[in-house]
Amino acid sequence: MKVETAVSSSANVVPLVESLAHTRIRDCYQCGKCTAGCPMAAGMDTPPTQLIRLLQLGRAGRALRAQAIWQCVSCQTCATRCPKSVDCAGVIDALRQLSAERGMATPAQQRIVLFQKAFLRNIRRNGRLNELELIGEFKFSTFLRGRSLSFLFKDATLAPQLMKRKKFHLAGEKARDRGVVARIFARCMDDSQL
Amino acid sequence: MNLAYYPGCALHGSSNDYEQSLRACFETLDVRLKEIDDWICCGATAAHSLNQKLAIALPARNLALAENEGYRQMLAPCPMCSMQLLKARKALAEDEALRRSVSEIVELEVRGETQVLNLIQLFEAVGLDRLKAAVKTPLGSICAACYYGCLLTRPASVVEFDDSEQPRSMEKIVETLGGKTVDWNYRTECCGAGMTMASEQTVLELSHKILSNAAAHGANCLVVACPMCHVNLDMKQVNIERHYGVRHAMPIYYLSDVVGLALGFKAEALGIDRHFVCSATGKA
Repeated sequence: MKVETAVSSSANVVPLVESLAHTRIRDCYQCGKCTAGCPMAAGMDTPPTQLIRLLQLGRAGRALRAQAIWQCVSCQTCATRCPKSVDCAGVIDALRQLSAERGMATPAQQRIVLFQKAFLRNIRRNGRLNELELIGEFKFSTFLRGRSLSFLFKDATLAPQLMKRKKFHLAGEKARDRGVVARIFARCMDDSQL
Repeated sequence: MNLAYYPGCALHGSSNDYEQSLRACFETLDVRLKEIDDWICCGATAAHSLNQKLAIALPARNLALAENEGYRQMLAPCPMCSMQLLKARKALAEDEALRRSVSEIVELEVRGETQVLNLIQLFEAVGLDRLKAAVKTPLGSICAACYYGCLLTRPASVVEFDDSEQPRSMEKIVETLGGKTVDWNYRTECCGAGMTMASEQTVLELSHKILSNAAAHGANCLVVACPMCHVNLDMKQVNIERHYGVRHAMPIYYLSDVVGLALGFKAEALGIDRHFVCSATGKA
C-alpha cells in the first residue's frame, strides 16, 4: 500500500540526516527565521522551516521528494542565522544526498540533479573540472530525459564568446594522478547508488 | 611572504582573468604564491549535495598536499573552495578518528593545520598601510558597491571572517586605494551561485536584484571576490538585461582588479578587457 511505501522509504531518515549534517533536528522551535532570510523561499513548495518540521513529525518521505531541496542555492543564510544553531543548509545537503541515492528526487527539478551528477562524474574522471565537457555532458543528459531542443542549444553561443575572451582551456586541465582521485571516489561512494 | 596557492578549477578555466589580476597584484607586493602540485577539485556544490564524505575527502587531499609541502598558509581565492577547505579543516581538527579515516581515503596524512585565506584576508595580511604606500593611481572615479555574496562570510562558524551581516573588509581596502564605496542592501545576498547552467532563471532573478540595488544606491561598479559571483553578474548581465528589459551596464570588478588598477596596472594587464561588461573606468 502507498502509505507503507512512504513509511518504509523514509524509515530512519532523521537519524541519518542528523549524522550526515552533524546537527539536531529536535532543537528547532519553528521560529521561521531560516525561511525569512531564504532567497529562494518564495518559490519553494516546502520552505526550510517546513522541511525541518516534516522531519520532526516523521514525514521524511515528503521532505525527500520536495522540490525545495533542489531549489536551495546553498547560500548558508539559514544556518548562519538560526538562533538554535540548527544547520539547516546541512540538513538540506543531507536530504539531497538521501533523495538522490534512493531515487526519490522530484522529476520537476531533474535538471539540477542531473547537473550535480554530471559535475561529480567529470571530476571523478579528470581530477579537475573540465567546464566545456561538463556543459556538453549535462546538456546531453537533460536532452535524453526531456527531449528539449531549445534547452540543448540554449547556451550554444557561450562557447565562442568565452573562447574570444580566452576564458577557458580548450583541452581542459586534468590532475596528473587521476588514479588516486578514482580511488577516493570509490572509497567515498562505495555504498552509494550515484 | 610565501604561501601555497590553491587556484581551484574556475581560476584555471572561465575565470582565468581573476587569476591574472591577483597574480599581478601579489607579484608587485612581494607575495610569492606557490601553486599546490597536482591539486584536485574541491568538489564544490555537487559534492556537498550528493556525498558528504566526498565533500570532506576532496578538500582534505588538497590540505594534505599543502601540509606535506610544508606550507602553513594557503590562498584559496574562490570562496566555494575556501569554504570547503575550511569546513574539512575544522571537521578534521576536531575529530581524531576522522583524521585517521580520511588520511587513509586520500592516501596522505592530513592534519588539518594549514590556514586557509581568502583574497581579502591576503590583502589584509599584506597590510592596508603597505597597500596605501604602493598606490600609483588612486581610484578617484570608482564608487563601488562591495559585494560579498554568500561564502566569504558564511557559514560564520566555519569561515570565521568579518561580520556575516555587515561586512566591511572590502570597503576598507577600496577606500584605502582612494575609491568611494556605497552603503547598500544586497552585500551578502546570493547571486544564484552554481545554478548558472541548471537553472538560469534563479540567477537572473537574484542577480537582477543585486545589480538594481547597487545602482539605486549610486554605485558605478560592483567589486567581488568570487569567480561564481563574477560569472553571474558579468557574463549573465546581458541575459538579465534582455529578460527584464532594462539596461544595467554595470562593470563588475574582482577586488584584485581594483587593487591592480590602483597599483598602476593597465586594464589589459589585469584581464579587465576580457570581462563581458565593458567599463570606462577600467580603460583609464
